[in-house]
Amino acid sequence: MNVTRAFTGRPRVDHAQLPPGQYDAGDDWPVLSAEVTPDLAPADWTFRIDGLVAEPRTWNWEQAHALPASAYEGDIHCVTSWSKFGVRFGGVRLDAFLDAVRPDASATHVVAYSHTGYTTNLPLADITGGRAWIVWEYEGKPLPAEHGGPARLIVPHLYFWKSAKWIAGLRLLDHDEPGFWEQNGYHARGNPWEEQRYSGD
Amino acid sequence: MTDTFVPPTRFAVPGRIAVSNRAAATWQTATLTEIRRETPGAVTFRFAVPEWSGHLPGQHLMLRLTAEDGYVAQRHYSLASPPDDTAHIELTLDHVEGGEVSGWFHTVARPGDSVEVRGPLSGFFAWPGDRPALLVGAGSGVVPLMSMLRHHRARALDVPLRLLVSARGPEELIYAREYGAETTPVFTRTAPEGMAVGRLAAAHLAPLLAERPPGGWEAYVCGSNGFAEHASRLLVEAGQPVDRIRIERFG
Repeated sequence: MNVTRAFTGRPRVDHAQLPPGQYDAGDDWPVLSAEVTPDLAPADWTFRIDGLVAEPRTWNWEQAHALPASAYEGDIHCVTSWSKFGVRFGGVRLDAFLDAVRPDASATHVVAYSHTGYTTNLPLADITGGRAWIVWEYEGKPLPAEHGGPARLIVPHLYFWKSAKWIAGLRLLDHDEPGFWEQNGYHARGNPWEEQRYSGD
Repeated sequence: MTDTFVPPTRFAVPGRIAVSNRAAATWQTATLTEIRRETPGAVTFRFAVPEWSGHLPGQHLMLRLTAEDGYVAQRHYSLASPPDDTAHIELTLDHVEGGEVSGWFHTVARPGDSVEVRGPLSGFFAWPGDRPALLVGAGSGVVPLMSMLRHHRARALDVPLRLLVSARGPEELIYAREYGAETTPVFTRTAPEGMAVGRLAAAHLAPLLAERPPGGWEAYVCGSNGFAEHASRLLVEAGQPVDRIRIERFG
């Protein structure tokens, strides 16, 4: 351990929900997109799943909202080291979309891509079984554009760069294919509890 | 924000460089060698990092401080120094109110202290010095852009580079003494005699975009989210392609 002289840190409570190297951002919710925020109206939003599936499909805003509603209430963690506790997102479980397209048994990974062209890769197992959502509400209100509105992916058990804003679709693959940040030096999976921040971690 | 603003959704900007996984994954000791005040709120910290593998302007690092009880605080900071500053790096840090890490730097740190760093990180905001660069920054958002400007000067590059830098007033303009003809300062609260006061506007960007260097500008925007939103929209409205804008935001 490399102790920094006279550094004590903030007064802190033992926070079992805080992954290693993270701090509690409190009420802040920093915006960390690398691109220009698109002005995407709900009427123009679509979400498609294709690749290794039996029936590729595209949903529009109304069709997506017709699926069973589901909320995520819990914590989110950004690789830049802030975490945010007890946030509430409203939308639909990703399983509801995936069930409709019937993934092939050979599918192991997905590339999630946004309406801006942003991409991020995920193991299929990380977004099934009630672990991922397409959301359009934050704290009961429409998700703000700078946070990915009208709709974004959330995969709250991974670092938040995996939760693609302005989600446009998923492509199912039988191999892993690095996305935008993963090609720029970030870890392929991004588990906050194992501090998988950068490739090599 | 206007109702009619609809940027084309075709960003997908590739990173500029391949990132070294090894450098990114290894913590190194950085020893503080010099502290320079830039403005009432911002201070530059110079470190000796003997094993530093080098970086490109625009890249950042992760810095960590460790308390005696093992508590660790880590933050991302942009590199201010140019790549040719051998085995030394510089960071310029704002004193954030109640800031855990910036507070230590501004009130405790002195030459001889050591901290840990890993990096350089991320190839997205990097600028190797190969394409015309239109840099737009506010406050300490100018830090990675200054690394680009210093690189441009140190290597006497002839690729065009322009910097628009916004600050509340002249006394808060970081690196004020280093700017030359390539820089246009924008003051939002107070300005020297004869200079306008006001927010970054289309009129500031128009003459720079009108220069149209061969191949067009690669725009780099850095600042608070509010500034980044404002500046990037102005750029798109002025005709800068969405896929030629790179943004680094901080909260």
